[in-house]
Amino acid sequence: MGAPPHPVTPDPIAAPRVWTRHTPAQTAGRVLLRVASAVAIVWAAQGMGVRWEWVADSPTQLADLFGRMLPPDWAFAGALVEPLFQTVNIATLGTAMAVVLACPVAFLAARNTTLNRVSYLAARLLIVVSRSVDSLVWALIFIIIVGPGSLAGALAVAVRSIGFVSKLFAEGIEEIDRGQVEAVTATGAGRLHVLFYGIVPQIRPVFAGVCVFRWDINIRESTVLGIVGAGGIGFVLNTAILGLEWARVGLILLVILGVVALSEVGSAAIRRRLT
Amino acid sequence: MLEVSALAKRYPTGDEALRGVSLTVGNDEVVFVIGPSGAGKSTLIRCINRLVEPDAGSITLDGLEITTLPPADLRRARRQMGMIFQEFNLVERLTVMENVLSGRLGYVGLWQAWRRRFPPEDVAMAFATLRRVGLDGMENKRADALSGGQRQRVGIARALVQRPKILLVDEPTSSLDPKTSGAVMALITELADEERIPALINIHDVPLARRFARRIIGLSAGQVVFEGPPAALDRAALGVIYGGAGEELEGALA
Repeated sequence: MGAPPHPVTPDPIAAPRVWTRHTPAQTAGRVLLRVASAVAIVWAAQGMGVRWEWVADSPTQLADLFGRMLPPDWAFAGALVEPLFQTVNIATLGTAMAVVLACPVAFLAARNTTLNRVSYLAARLLIVVSRSVDSLVWALIFIIIVGPGSLAGALAVAVRSIGFVSKLFAEGIEEIDRGQVEAVTATGAGRLHVLFYGIVPQIRPVFAGVCVFRWDINIRESTVLGIVGAGGIGFVLNTAILGLEWARVGLILLVILGVVALSEVGSAAIRRRLT
Repeated sequence: MLEVSALAKRYPTGDEALRGVSLTVGNDEVVFVIGPSGAGKSTLIRCINRLVEPDAGSITLDGLEITTLPPADLRRARRQMGMIFQEFNLVERLTVMENVLSGRLGYVGLWQAWRRRFPPEDVAMAFATLRRVGLDGMENKRADALSGGQRQRVGIARALVQRPKILLVDEPTSSLDPKTSGAVMALITELADEERIPALINIHDVPLARRFARRIIGLSAGQVVFEGPPAALDRAALGVIYGGAGEELEGALA
């Protein structure tokens, strides 16, 4: 007896076995799906009513626009400090209000801490309503209620953020370890004691991470709120565009880019340290 | 002391976890419950403090019927029952001291609890208990920084500062290595003796049960199939409890 055949050597007598990733039916389905996607895209493009002669002109227009924005009007920088400060305030205040309001909503929107079916559905409905309306629309609504300015902006940011913050908090609450909650319950602690000792410590990192993340998003959102009159740097941007002061527009865009980049780097750094 | 009679529990999935279990735990008595996975050991313990609601039967602790207590009275009754868990179930992001003091949560107001202002006698008791379980000086470590054996000692301390009338212990050593298991089990039984607290201890490690038990109850498929001292736990008895696997277990005991 020689050495036994290597186990991976194919049996020379048997017919080679065929393997394909998809069955013919699956392949046909995949081709059909791709054709359908292509048709949908072409159809959508036609529906847009694009004026191709304008598109053909666009590289020249782009160069012209940038030409007018550059060099930026640096002398205008001093006038931007105040609205920029306002923008950051709108984002920060709005986020703070959203977080305070989102806490009860989140506990009601999490399956394991909600009171009953009605409270769960009500909280979920609130989240959907808050998320389905854009902050610019909320800003228009709050300008009618409290008048134009930063307050309307902060309220718009807050209401827009409640849904996002509550949803992520609720997901965090649903993912907690039940054993820790069970142990605190077993000591005879009351419902709220269990909440503060068994649940809150577990969701604290999620909580902090979501706050910082949403603040970062809100900085971006509040830069445009001024366009509809809700305070901040967006108002100055809109004025400059309407006044065709392109060098100022260039500077404002640069400043917005800088602030957004800073907030993004900052929030990423903070969130990294939270895990 | 603790009297359980005709306790039954069927889960919504249709599993009959307990089918008429009756047992008593006398004053100062430590009773071990053995049985294969799925025999209903954990369900039994959880029904006693109603983390799981039993379907039928009665449970009395010092004459107080537990099964019919309304929520507020149930919480008062739970303060009398210290529970120790298989997975320790410490609040991982809290410190050792906070975890131990959570055993006193049933006795402090919400604001005190939130501000971590426990009565000085509770704190003193927590320190003394930590020293007794061998964690002197560890009070400010976070629970997730401890080893398995240390965590279970915190779990034991948490149950003890409740000053319970009974300890409910659910497989306390299943997540530990053999050497640590022996030490933790020795600690639990010593403390139960010293403090004169009766205990009901689930365990599926038969040799460990033999080493520490004076009375053993065998549970199989939701029914009590054995009751007696460790010496009576022979091959035939193991066969009844573990359904034919008795011989292998007997071999493991030699």
